[in-house]
Amino acid sequence: MSEPSRTTPLHDEHVALGARMVDFAGWRMPVQYQGIIDEHNAVRTGVGIFDVSHMGEFRLFGSDAKAALERIVTNDLDRIDVVGHALYTVMCDEDGGIIDDLIVYHTGDLEYLVVVNAANRETDWAWITSHLPPTVEAVDESDRTALIAVQGPGALAVVSELAGPSWEPPGRFSLGEATLDGVGVLVARTGYTGEDGVELFCHTSHAVALWRLLLSFPEVTPCGLGARDTLRLEMGYALYGSDMDRGVDPVSAGLGWVVPKTKSGYIGHAAIARIREAGPSRKLVGLTVGKGVPRHGYTLLREGAEVGKVASGTFSPTLGHGIATAYVPAGLAEPGTALEMEIRRKTVGATVVRPPFVKETSLTASGS
Amino acid sequence: MYPKDLKYDREHEWVRLEGGIAVMGISHFAQDQLGEVVYVDLPTAGATLSAGDSFGEIESVKSVSELFSPVSGEIVEVNDELSDTPETVNEDPYGDGWMIKVSLSDPSQVDALMDADGYEAFLAEAE
Repeated sequence: MSEPSRTTPLHDEHVALGARMVDFAGWRMPVQYQGIIDEHNAVRTGVGIFDVSHMGEFRLFGSDAKAALERIVTNDLDRIDVVGHALYTVMCDEDGGIIDDLIVYHTGDLEYLVVVNAANRETDWAWITSHLPPTVEAVDESDRTALIAVQGPGALAVVSELAGPSWEPPGRFSLGEATLDGVGVLVARTGYTGEDGVELFCHTSHAVALWRLLLSFPEVTPCGLGARDTLRLEMGYALYGSDMDRGVDPVSAGLGWVVPKTKSGYIGHAAIARIREAGPSRKLVGLTVGKGVPRHGYTLLREGAEVGKVASGTFSPTLGHGIATAYVPAGLAEPGTALEMEIRRKTVGATVVRPPFVKETSLTASGS
Repeated sequence: MYPKDLKYDREHEWVRLEGGIAVMGISHFAQDQLGEVVYVDLPTAGATLSAGDSFGEIESVKSVSELFSPVSGEIVEVNDELSDTPETVNEDPYGDGWMIKVSLSDPSQVDALMDADGYEAFLAEAE
């Protein structure tokens, strides 16, 4: 990659906090500040904030916006007919290959906000706009939008204190608005950590003020992409580029729940229906290992013969051992199946489990 | 950060001479670069090493590094505590975070290593 990396409006804040900066999807991002495990634990037990301004935000407007989006995404927008509701989904090509995973927010009458992965922003924009009728207006707001995730069992308390006594937080997977010390933000009760919390959208010009405001709470820990990855993998949340890509369909990727059987007429439907009918030949499974840290690309074996590669792998700070995802033949996808993983020069036992790896979080506790 | 009584190599191991025995671990720089250590995989006592051999691996959440011995000899003791408390490598890299002790077959190999000033200059150059 010869192009210089892009930076978010919070770049200088990260550097001033002593973050270790890395290149990620063409962006200069903090991988950690004090340490991945401390940041991970801060989110599981307190409050962590993440700069995720690199993600893409598209706005769609018009009477035909819903119908146009229904054709593009696999999930059913009827589920978010009420303004303020949000929906996790994927969008696929005609072969059922996943172009990206995304969240669609029903922001207003005839209005939708679509949040996509940073690495796919240009691809997604081209794909979506090429499938919109001329009556739907689309605006790429990514360059003007900052996004800060506030996550952890204490996250709502911090945002509520800033928003004032009359503020009501939005429900899980819903949107609201707030004014935090004069900064107007869109508040989404969504996240990628498995903990309760929100994601705050604001204009890039307010990002630094909002970041500092959140950090003025002593219980708030700045967290990097390293902890974001360990947190999401403990929950079994799929990461585009590791757990799925254009070469895999949502049913094989364990995302059949965002492809309702009752829906048709979206791009990829015929291919996905065929795969569903026949049953996928390979499936994404969770794996735990006793010793060593699984990493992307490590080989999986069954009785000495290769059966797959690790898609995502890490050390789980909560569980204290290695966890991973991998595509394996459907016949080896049952929880409890014993496989082996080549971790560098050693072969260790790996057991198929059903994610999430971490079952109890503030989300499961609140029952929402 | 870099005790004066130790010798260092370009792979960021340190060596402390205790008679004819070389105690080895990784430097402050190495543990800082790795981040929180979650596994240390060490050999068993009795194995013999030639200078340049890998004697184990160290893993953090984000990365894995091989450990290389800058000296030759027989491993006479291994810090087994690290299998239960790998974070000691971060907390006390020159003390309780030591990894192996080697009975040197050629003590002159230690003389060839960098002293603390030389190692710091090496790190500054690599920046």
